[in-house]
Amino acid sequence: MEFKFEGRTKLVTQVLMGIGLLALIGGFLTDGSAHHQRWWANLLINGFFWFSISLAALFFYALNYAVEASWSAVIKRTFEAMWHFLPIGAGVIVAVLAAGQFFHAHHLYHWMDSTLYHEYMIVDGDHKQYVDEMTEGAVANPNYDHIIAGKQPYFATWFFWLRTIGYVATFLIFARLFRRWSLLEDEQPSLDLHFKQFRRSAMFLVFFAVFSSMLAWDWVMSIDVHWFSTLFGWYLFSGMWVSFMIMLNLGLIWLRSKGYYQEVSSSHMHDISKWMFAISMLWSYLWVSQFLLIWYANIPEEVTYYTQRFFTDYQVPFMLTFFINFAVPFYTLLPRDTKRNAKFIVPVGLLIFIGHFADVYLLVIPGTMFDHNEFGIFEIALFLGFLGLYLNRTLNALSKAPLIPKGHPMLQESKDLHY
Amino acid sequence: MNKVFHVMYDDDDILKDAASVLVAKGIRVKDVFSPFPVHGIDPIIGVKRTRLGIAAFMYATTGTTLALLGMWYFMISDWPMNIGGKPSFSLIENLPAFIPVTFEFSVLCGAHGMAITYLLRNGTLPGMPASNPDPRSTDDKFIMEITTEQNAMPAEELEAAIKETPLFELSIKDYK
Repeated sequence: MEFKFEGRTKLVTQVLMGIGLLALIGGFLTDGSAHHQRWWANLLINGFFWFSISLAALFFYALNYAVEASWSAVIKRTFEAMWHFLPIGAGVIVAVLAAGQFFHAHHLYHWMDSTLYHEYMIVDGDHKQYVDEMTEGAVANPNYDHIIAGKQPYFATWFFWLRTIGYVATFLIFARLFRRWSLLEDEQPSLDLHFKQFRRSAMFLVFFAVFSSMLAWDWVMSIDVHWFSTLFGWYLFSGMWVSFMIMLNLGLIWLRSKGYYQEVSSSHMHDISKWMFAISMLWSYLWVSQFLLIWYANIPEEVTYYTQRFFTDYQVPFMLTFFINFAVPFYTLLPRDTKRNAKFIVPVGLLIFIGHFADVYLLVIPGTMFDHNEFGIFEIALFLGFLGLYLNRTLNALSKAPLIPKGHPMLQESKDLHY
Repeated sequence: MNKVFHVMYDDDDILKDAASVLVAKGIRVKDVFSPFPVHGIDPIIGVKRTRLGIAAFMYATTGTTLALLGMWYFMISDWPMNIGGKPSFSLIENLPAFIPVTFEFSVLCGAHGMAITYLLRNGTLPGMPASNPDPRSTDDKFIMEITTEQNAMPAEELEAAIKETPLFELSIKDYK
């Protein structure tokens, strides 16, 4: 059975994309913050959030292959479709990073200011020459930041961009290869191809393990550049994973209500809901682990991150986000029956999906907008725009291949899944 | 006189198929004794879904409450402690420090409560008399228990239906 992407569904995604485009233009024109900081920050938030869902789809696909999971064979085309947003998401992130690094269009990343790294400067009229050592005529550089200068090797322009291009290129190459082999398997089913995907998936997971952590440091943690947390990468990783699981669950509920994927049983839905529950708990666990140690140790260089969120206007949304993302899935998804019931999963899923968007929002905003943040129609419209773009790309990709991968060696086992 | 049939099979799949056949004829299977949990037998013989999960939740909630109550008494009320340089002497402000203990105690209570409930409900606490009809059901045989008490069918008809299934051994006893 082939999915048809047309009619009202297509129109809805296009209208959402239109809203997003209007938000991009209108938001830029009406943004009163210095260097359009608010506009850029929201672009980064949405770019990263939707990119991370696609990335989690790629990860989950590779994970299922690497552990030889059979249950997901019947729905693996949805994973493939969901990573088709990767190039766009990566493009948005790279555009935001490049605009900051090379054009100084915004000041999201304080470390991109090249004057921070030199202790002295020689002033010659309007021209300032920055030097590292005290020489004749040099004076102390007031912008010099000892902590950031210590991170100079890591933030060196060439090294930073080598990493960024490296992550994106690796993900895109693997995504392309997986998709090609998956489609090839439909035409020429062979165990060799299956085991090739098994080996390449394992290889991808090695890259992903390192890169998912490092991209979290480079793209998100470096916003609060004086601060660091060693489990930050896993924290973001669990967030992207649970967002993906919710998206998958809601997407399958919708597709099944439209008459597609009748092979997917309530056991499959139960398993996906269990993932939703389990990864919500992983996220909460990492949130608490990160917070607890910093709270307990109370070291000034570590607590900055939390004082910026607890003792400011961000307190209520920050606590509420944790409460929603932990307590709501814990209490609603614990019983067996709610996991199988779309009437529970849809509202709970939507709520914690928004909760995880708010989580990404609160990773970026306090360190870029400080106490001048505004939240308005622009943020909501941009979110809807990216949602439309994401759904448009995903559903378009889903319509390009048969929904059931008929060459997958574990397809029958997957259809027979029984819990 | 009520009779009880103990039908022995030497494979779990054979037992499951036989149970499906008997249930389709309207025969009620009272219980199955097996060396390991047979996946998928519960819906066939109509065993009610376990409520152990609900019990576990209640035990864990009890654990959470006890842990918080205890720590409030020990650390805040009875002998106020300076926790991590934060002598706020308030349960809610020191809550992060209590979370690991609360979590562990909830798990402890949930797990122990669940295990003890399971053993009690099944009558398998250490020292309790065994309730399986044949010791071979703890080794490699699978036994289905059918009683005339639960079935409207006459005993002869039941026996005939049971004998049509690929059984290993059948024993008929008077039901006390």
